[in-house]
Amino acid sequence: MTETLLEIDRLSVDYETARGDLKALRDISFDVRKGEIVGIVGESGCGKSTLISSILRLTAPNTRFRQGEVRFKGQDLLQATERQMRDLRGADISIVFQDPMQTHNPVLTIGQQMLDIQHRSKDSKADKLARAAKMLGAVGIPDPEARLAQFPHEFSGGMRQRIAIAMALMSEPDLLIADEPTTALDATLEVQIIERLQELQQEFDCAILFISHHLGVIAELCDRVVVMYAGAVIESGDVREIFHDPKHPYTRRLIDCDPGHIKERARVLPTIPGEVPDLANLPGGCIFRDRCEQAMARCATDVPPLTQLKQGHHAACWLNHEEANT
Amino acid sequence: MSLLDVKNLHTSFGAVNVLAGVSFAVEPGETYALVGESGSGKTTVIRAIAGLAPAQEGSVKFDGQEIRGASERVLRPLRKDIAMMFQDPVGSLSPRLTIGSLITEPYRIQGMKDRDMHAEAKRLLAMVNLPTHFADRYPYQLSGGQARRVGVARALALEPKLILADEPTAGLDVSVQGELLNLLNDLRERLGLAMVIITHNLNVVRHVADRMGIMYLGRLVEEGTTEAIFKDARHPYTRCLLSANPEPDPDARLERIALKGEPPSLLNRPSGCEFRERCPFAQDICTQTPQWDVEEGHGLRCLAPMHTRGAA
Ligand SMILES: Nc1ncnc2c1ncn2[C@@H]1O[C@H](COP(=O)(O)OP(=O)(O)O)[C@@H](O)[C@H]1O
Ligand SMILES: Nc1ncnc2c1ncn2[C@@H]1O[C@H](COP(=O)(O)OP(=O)(O)O)[C@@H](O)[C@H]1O
Ligand code: SF4
Ligand code: SF4
Ligand SMILES: [Mg+2]
Ligand SMILES: [Mg+2]
Repeated sequence: MTETLLEIDRLSVDYETARGDLKALRDISFDVRKGEIVGIVGESGCGKSTLISSILRLTAPNTRFRQGEVRFKGQDLLQATERQMRDLRGADISIVFQDPMQTHNPVLTIGQQMLDIQHRSKDSKADKLARAAKMLGAVGIPDPEARLAQFPHEFSGGMRQRIAIAMALMSEPDLLIADEPTTALDATLEVQIIERLQELQQEFDCAILFISHHLGVIAELCDRVVVMYAGAVIESGDVREIFHDPKHPYTRRLIDCDPGHIKERARVLPTIPGEVPDLANLPGGCIFRDRCEQAMARCATDVPPLTQLKQGHHAACWLNHEEANT
Repeated sequence: MSLLDVKNLHTSFGAVNVLAGVSFAVEPGETYALVGESGSGKTTVIRAIAGLAPAQEGSVKFDGQEIRGASERVLRPLRKDIAMMFQDPVGSLSPRLTIGSLITEPYRIQGMKDRDMHAEAKRLLAMVNLPTHFADRYPYQLSGGQARRVGVARALALEPKLILADEPTAGLDVSVQGELLNLLNDLRERLGLAMVIITHNLNVVRHVADRMGIMYLGRLVEEGTTEAIFKDARHPYTRCLLSANPEPDPDARLERIALKGEPPSLLNRPSGCEFRERCPFAQDICTQTPQWDVEEGHGLRCLAPMHTRGAA
C-alpha cells in the first residue's frame, strides 16, 4: 500500500460573520497518497478554497478551526508554528491559483522571480537560471532562455498559468495543490495544461490535489475524486467508481447535468433545482435533502455519516444503508 | 431576408487588425454560435454589430437596413431591437440599484418614462422564472445563476428581435448552466428571438445553436449547421477544438488532435494559411492563401480539408 502524504481528519472550519458562524467545512476527511492525483469537485461555495487555505494555513482573519487535524507526513499542520509553515510552503507543498497573477510579481522578470524561489540553494546564479529555463521548457514555454528576461504581462494567460506551474515545481514539492488552475482558460489551453500536469506528475513524482468544478477535467486527470457539497464531503472514491457507479444522489445529478455526455441536442437539459442551504443557518438532517428526489423521512432528522461502501469508496447517504439492511 | 447580415467586417485598433473580414448571417428566430479561442475576435464582432466597437470596413445590415456607421437617428429605434447580454451582467451594473431598477433601466434610457416600472419589473422577473419580490433585492444578494437571469430579464426589457450574448454561461456551475440554457431555448421558442451566442464551450453550443461559425484570428474558418460541424468538421482547427473537450467519463478515449502552441500575434499575421504554423495537417500547398468556399451551406477556409483526405 502506498504511503499516505496528506490526511485531512474530521476537519471543521467556521467563518465568524455578523450573521453568526458560517460553517464552511464540516467534518471533512480524506487523504492523498504519495504520487497520486486527487480531484476535489463541487459547485461554487462548497468550501474548496477554504479547504486549501486551511491546509496551507493561509486563511482569512475571521477563520476559526473548530475541530480536526491536517496531517502532512504525519505532522498536524494546524499545530505547526508560523515558521514551520513558511518552510513547508513553497518547499514541500506548492500551490497554483486560478489567477496566475496571484503568483507573479508584475514588476519583476520571470527569470528574477524564478531565481528568488531558489534563494535557499547555494548554486551559482548561472546554474539557477539554467534550472529555471529547463523548468520553463518542461511546461512547454518555447525559447525559455530568452523569455526569462520578460515580464509576466508579456505572456498570454495560458503561458502565465504554465509558468506558475513551473514555479510551483521548482522546489520539487511532494504535494502540488492546484485551485481551479484551468477555470479561466479556453478548452484548448485547459487540455494542454492537464496533459502537461499528467506528464510532470510522472516526471517529478509529486502528488497533486486538483480542485475543479469541471467534471470532464477531473475524469481525465485524477486517480481519485472527493465530491463536496455545502461544506461536507458527500462522496469519495476511485475515479471510475465515482463516474460509473456514484452512490450519492448529488454526485449522480451532477454528472447527469454535464452537457458533455449528452450527445444529441437536448430540448431541456437536466438541472439540480433548488439552492445550497445557508451555511450560517444549517438545516438538520442531510444537507442535500431540499434538493434530493429520493429523500426519506429519516433524511430530515439524521445527518448521514460518510461510510465506506467498499474498499476505497465512501458516501454519505441513507440510501446506501437501506440497501445494506434489506 | 436575414435578420442580421454581417459582411466583410474589418476592425483595427491602431495597428492591431482584430477583425479581418467577418461575414455571417442570422435568420429570424435562429441561434448562431461564434466559437474560437480567446483573442480570436468574438467579442469584437458583437460589439461592432452593436456599435460599441469601431468597424472601418464592411457592412452590418439589420432587417435590411445598414447600421454600420449609421447616424444616431437611424440607430436609436434599432437599439430596442438589438440587446446585448454581457458576461457578468450584474457585476457590470451599478451595485446601488435594486434589481427592479436595473432591469427597467433600458426603458429609462430609451425615454419611455410613462411605463409602470413596477409592473414591468414583475413581468420581466416572471419571464425569467425569478420570484417577483427579487425586484427589491440588490445585486450582491444574488447567486451566480440568479444574476445571469437578471441579465436575461434586462436584455428582454425592450422586446428585442436579436440578443447578442457574450459567454452567457461562463463561470456557472453545471447545475445552473443547464437552467440558463433551458431559459434561453424557451424564450427563443416563445418569443421568436434570434441570438448570437459567443462561447468557447462546445458542449454548450451543441444544445443551443442552430448554426455555428468557428473563428480564428479575426476570420471565420468554418461555418455550418451545428449538426454538420459536430458530425463532419472539415477544418483542422475545428477538429482540434472538438477534440479538446474533456468528457465526464474516465474511460473515454479521446483521439485528441494536439493543437500546437498558441495563436500568433495579430501584429505579425502568418503568410499563407494563417493556421499553418499550428496545423497538425499542414501541407506544402498551405503556403498559399485559402479562400472562403461554401458547399451546400457548409463554409470553409482550408486548402486541404479533412473530408477530402479519405479515412484517417
Ligand atoms: N472570509 C470569509 N468570511 C465569511 N464567509 C466566507 C469567507 N470566505 C468564504 N466564505 C464563505 O464560505 C463558503 C465556502 O467558500 P469557498 O471555500 O470560497 O468555496 P469554493 O472555493 O468551493 O467556491 C461560501 O459560502 C463563502 O461565501
Ligand atoms: N479596444 C481594444 N484595443 C486594442 N485591442 C483590442 C481591443 N479590444 C480587443 N482587442 C484585441 O483584439 C483581439 C480580439 O479580442 P476579443 O474580440 O475580445 O476576442 P475574444 O472575445 O474572441 O476573446 C485581442 O487580441 C484583443 O487584445
Ligand atoms: S441521505 Fe436522504 S436526502 Fe440525503 S442524499 Fe441520501 S436520500 Fe437524499
Ligand atoms: S490550409 Fe493547410 S494549414 Fe491551413 S488549415 Fe487547411 S490544412 Fe491546415
Ligand atoms: Mg474557490
Ligand atoms: Mg470575448
